[in-house]
Amino acid sequence: MSFPYEILQITILSLQISAIATGISLLIGLPLGTLLALGKFWGRSFFLSVVNTGMGLPPVVVGLFVAMMLWRSGPFGDMNLIYTPTAIIIAQTVISAPVVIGLTAAALQSLDPRLRLQLYGLGASRWQMIWALWREARLPLLAALMAGFGSVISEVGASMMVGGNIRNQTRVLTTAIVLETSKGNFEIAMALGALLLTITFLVNWALTWVQQRGED
Amino acid sequence: MKKTLITLLLLSLAISACASAAPSNPNIILATTTSTQDSGLLDFLVPIFEEQSGYTVQTIAVGTGAALKMAEEGNADVLLVHAPPAEQELMDAGFGLDRFLVMHNDFVLVGPADDPAAIGSLPSAGEALTSISSAQAEFVSRGDDSGTHKKERAIWSSVDLTPAWDGYIESGQGMGATLIIASEKQAYTMTDRATYLANQDNLDLEILLEGDEVLLNVYHVMTVEPDNWENINYEGALDFANFIISDETQALIKEFGVDKYGQPLFFPDADKTDADLGVE
Repeated sequence: MSFPYEILQITILSLQISAIATGISLLIGLPLGTLLALGKFWGRSFFLSVVNTGMGLPPVVVGLFVAMMLWRSGPFGDMNLIYTPTAIIIAQTVISAPVVIGLTAAALQSLDPRLRLQLYGLGASRWQMIWALWREARLPLLAALMAGFGSVISEVGASMMVGGNIRNQTRVLTTAIVLETSKGNFEIAMALGALLLTITFLVNWALTWVQQRGED
Repeated sequence: MKKTLITLLLLSLAISACASAAPSNPNIILATTTSTQDSGLLDFLVPIFEEQSGYTVQTIAVGTGAALKMAEEGNADVLLVHAPPAEQELMDAGFGLDRFLVMHNDFVLVGPADDPAAIGSLPSAGEALTSISSAQAEFVSRGDDSGTHKKERAIWSSVDLTPAWDGYIESGQGMGATLIIASEKQAYTMTDRATYLANQDNLDLEILLEGDEVLLNVYHVMTVEPDNWENINYEGALDFANFIISDETQALIKEFGVDKYGQPLFFPDADKTDADLGVE
């Protein structure tokens, strides 16, 4: 491993992949979580249970599943996505989306139900009401975002399987740590681990700052 | 309370004394390469050893680089590895005590059936890699400092080439995973024959070059020097080493895989010397 260029490249790639996956999870998770929290439809609690189970999906199982889809022998093999950063983004989105959906639903359900009645009473439209509820629940919603990001920046099983840990292409911090450990370079592995923790901390610090703005 | 503890202690001592041949420290940590694990050889041999000896073997399958490092840092009792020059270095540095020749298999160059770099007709591994390099064909390297990777690098440097073109990628993973990547990308790779044969059904790759003497893959068993660290189970390590090179086990190694693949995966060598195999 060459310093510092390669480490920089791996770090940026890790951040890009996990940020995009978390972003997509947010785009999926916010509406779906809202629907599960506020909607009234048959099977709602069943779907909620499915999502809550999904919050504990083992990354390596997701990796295997996505890999089987993307392998040349799989149904989407023609798209040539296996061993690309896109493949990792897909797998990480599958991992983090349930986290964001489930925590969004929990955040909105924990709001006082009388708030909705009051908003209706004030003449709010459906969209205005949802917007107001999101604002009201912004603390737990940002926590959902942080949990989603945390679940993917730290996972290794799926990235290894669908990304292939290919140098300069799909090697991310976690898979680099596994590799350096398997080479017996425990010091470098530890240093990369410290780097990963630092980055996760900085991202969460930024998000927490946004979350806590105006709270003190 | 104290009395109960002492009674329990005596009782457990009595029990362990009763279990006749039970070794004093029943756990052995075996650090080995992914190839012995991925080919299924250890899954076959280790239970036999455990049954005979009463030891429990904790097999850690890692790259040879990590296995050697584990020996150096006292995190393993015995090694089964295939990187003779690096092993010799470790012995010279005083981290190993005994080292015996166990067996060999060989490396082969595999790739897509249409063989874009036309290595199939070439006589040596060096020429094959040269041809792959000048064709800028896709090649997946282990890139993990394993025995296989060390061998690959040795062949590159023997033909004075530094592989660095876009199609040359490093997987940084074990042999099984690297073969899958090569198969998916329809790229060339260098593999030990055993892992290739064991995974053949899932791979769209063919053996394109074999039989060159430099492709010999020689395995040694090595016990870790017990004086360096307190917790080394040297007794167990030596028992395991002696088991691996015993006539019975060597016969088993010779037969391993024949029923399934029609050819042996490993060739027993305990009765030979390094010089016989051309190992320095």
